[in-house]
Amino acid sequence: MADKTISKARGDDSSPLAISLENINKTFGSVQANKDVCLSVVPGTIHGIVGENGAGKSTLVSILYGFYSADSGTVAISGEPVRLRSSADAIAAGIGMVHQHFMLVPNFTVLENIILGHEGGSDLKAGARQAEASLKSITERYGLSVDLQAAVQDLPVGLQQRVEILKALYRGARILILDEPTGVLTPQETEQLFDILGTLKAQGVTILLITHKLKEIMAVTDFVSVMRSGEMVDHLQTAQTNPQQLAQMMVGRPVLLDVGYQAAQAGQAMLNAEHLTVTETSGVTSLSDISFSVHQGEILGIAGVSGNGQSELLEVLAGIRKITSGTVQIGDRKITAEQPASPSEVKRLGLAHVPEDRHAMGLILPFTAAESAVLGYEYADLMGGRSPILSPAVMAAHCKTLMSSYDVRPAEPSLKSNLFSGGNQQKIVLARELSSQPDILLVGQPTRGVDIGAIEFIHKQLFAMRDKGCAVILVSVELDEIMSLSDRVMVMNEGKSMGIVRKADTDIQEIGLMMAGVTAASPRQQKAR
Amino acid sequence: MNASSLPRWIDIGLLPVLNLIAALTVAGVIIAIIGENPFVAMGVMIKGAFVYDGALGYTLFYTTNFIFTGLAVAVAFHAMLFNIGGEGQAMIGGLGVGLVVLFLDSVLPPLLVVMLAVPAAAAFGAVWGVIPGWLQARRGSHIVITTIMFNFIASSIMVWLLAGMLMAPGQMSPETRSFADGINLPLVYEVLQMAGFSVSRSPLNLSFVIALLACFGVWYLIWRTKLGYIIRATGHSERATIYAGHDPAKIIMLVMAISGALAGMMSLNEILGVQQRVILNFTSGYGFTGIAVALMGRNHPIGIVLASLLFGALYQGGAELDFEFQTITREMVLMIQGLIILFSGALAYLFMPAVVRIYSSLRKPTGSG
Repeated sequence: MADKTISKARGDDSSPLAISLENINKTFGSVQANKDVCLSVVPGTIHGIVGENGAGKSTLVSILYGFYSADSGTVAISGEPVRLRSSADAIAAGIGMVHQHFMLVPNFTVLENIILGHEGGSDLKAGARQAEASLKSITERYGLSVDLQAAVQDLPVGLQQRVEILKALYRGARILILDEPTGVLTPQETEQLFDILGTLKAQGVTILLITHKLKEIMAVTDFVSVMRSGEMVDHLQTAQTNPQQLAQMMVGRPVLLDVGYQAAQAGQAMLNAEHLTVTETSGVTSLSDISFSVHQGEILGIAGVSGNGQSELLEVLAGIRKITSGTVQIGDRKITAEQPASPSEVKRLGLAHVPEDRHAMGLILPFTAAESAVLGYEYADLMGGRSPILSPAVMAAHCKTLMSSYDVRPAEPSLKSNLFSGGNQQKIVLARELSSQPDILLVGQPTRGVDIGAIEFIHKQLFAMRDKGCAVILVSVELDEIMSLSDRVMVMNEGKSMGIVRKADTDIQEIGLMMAGVTAASPRQQKAR
Repeated sequence: MNASSLPRWIDIGLLPVLNLIAALTVAGVIIAIIGENPFVAMGVMIKGAFVYDGALGYTLFYTTNFIFTGLAVAVAFHAMLFNIGGEGQAMIGGLGVGLVVLFLDSVLPPLLVVMLAVPAAAAFGAVWGVIPGWLQARRGSHIVITTIMFNFIASSIMVWLLAGMLMAPGQMSPETRSFADGINLPLVYEVLQMAGFSVSRSPLNLSFVIALLACFGVWYLIWRTKLGYIIRATGHSERATIYAGHDPAKIIMLVMAISGALAGMMSLNEILGVQQRVILNFTSGYGFTGIAVALMGRNHPIGIVLASLLFGALYQGGAELDFEFQTITREMVLMIQGLIILFSGALAYLFMPAVVRIYSSLRKPTGSG
């Protein structure tokens, strides 16, 4: 199937394929991560691979970059069959990789990072001079300007990523693999990245783009391959498909990409934050002077590039992190640095928290689902109040109820939490927190690592909570998610609020600018406060 | 794939048995090298541990020590704390027993003294466990380092006291005076003889029953109470515990107190059961062996009872081996014990990758078809 689509598109061009994978199989224990995977990538194109978490994308890329060796199947690069036993083999074959999490030494300069591993002999100075010369031609050719003498830690994320790309090109990569490259970028940085990819493509570089964002696939790729549960579902020409079709292929059934936003009537303020500031023990100010309020029956979205204080904000509101100055008021209770509230007190004030990191916080992975489903509610009335005994039967029954009303599959309370898929794990957390019928709901990254089918369900649940009068604070790095769910959006940059805007009065461009630190001081922002 | 994807019977049953077989095989080879028949030696060991007159009583006596120290390690391990300090906690527990008895045995009736000495063993052990717990929880000092240090401190304190203040007058050896008559835990053979059974003499005493009750208590605490749930949660994810509204620091200190109390109660068996005075080094490494016991017993009370029984049999049967064969010396017996500790402790998961491979290859045909 692959060859048909690809060869039709290529016409009679008979130059060898940049990447040709045939019948790749890879098994981990009893899990088959890749099943007879075939992939043909035409040189000088941008080829996307989409699939849900656990579909086998990462395994496939790891095989291509020499981290794993396939159990069976063949890999050919530019027509030459190769055996990739290590990343050194992959680099030698002309493959470069830009990881989702950058592999850079923060306190080294750009140049030092680029030559790391290719120092060119024992004389570092001479090697660096040589590298500088050849880098100059690379940067000119691909339009990748970056200050070689700047320390990487001082560069914005977008530029750090550019350093990663440069590093790969400097090592002679003709094929570039990008793994979820836009997860840490603002919309503007994403556009810049796509421009760079366009230039690279024009210069004949082949690009393999791994992503779960269908919009990006549509925006930059020439071809797209869809994976589902370890198998290639189809290979398509991007121009001849659409997000709806891709989503359906990824999930295996029709899905609703947008559950449909309807404006709601907000009521009285449920939580007021005034001049909230948090200084870490290291002296770093993670939150500075944040003020906002959230009302009954509204969703306040907190947008921002990951790591700009959103996580700290959630933890402060949930009582996990201590306030340095400022106040959080819930009902009559004023939480301050002098009178802090513990997570259990905040819970008693009617707040529930779906944490960002469900693996480290929301669930205890080795616990059974039944055990995870009472985390933080061990002393709730339904678990027998202050009684010191925890009845397995009561836990199982409670979990079963939650599972059936939130459609958790498999509905098996005795199964360990880590054996559920991301979406089902998130449903367990959501079920536990929502069933406490909170007045205020904190939600962090509700759909991170969650399959598309479950996203639809989770979004509907959040709307349902809002419509029941709950005040919802939603933190997400997926700007699309913020835009489709929130009534108002607060944008954060470096621990500061860049302003609060009504969703109806803004667009993704303005929010993107605010995420980058530009305070768009339009009058309508003031109105939204 | 990891241990959690294996069925429980393989993890807690098959793997320890494989480790044991491996250790015995290596020991057997060494015994063959020095010119003895390993099978005959094995027979002597089994008879020495279970069959000979009074053998079983001695085996269960040692078993009691291992149950206490094994449980101590296991409880701490459920909060992911590696308590290496069982040895020191047991010493200090013994000190607690000694102090209570030496101060009170001339004032109070024996039964009352014994009833006070039992909680004293637990309380003193608990204190010796809770200090490293506090250092870990509030000061970030690693529990492994501090508990090792506390073993040395405990040992020094014992030498200082037993060779000084507490040393029996007119004595040359570092030990206290003997306790007053009647201050001991009832011996099992005496109780059984009173009930009309003819049982041969052994040091097995009421501590064995206390140990079994402690097993049940630990099981109930860990798997049936909210506190146990929170202890396990702390062990798996401190962040999740904070999120759930609990203070991991408090849990760590509490768990170390429980762990120290269990280790401290080991002294009941030795001090209040047999010696009837505090002697130096009465713990003789049981605290350390407890680590191997807990590992082999997979931190479950039932596993710990079985592993303790094995080590008890090794101690008792090993002594018999030393007695019967001229070539097999005490050091040789220690080596066999060492091999078992090595294979079931340090190399506990040696065979797991192979077992996982075999298991998943056996399962695949039925799984897919």
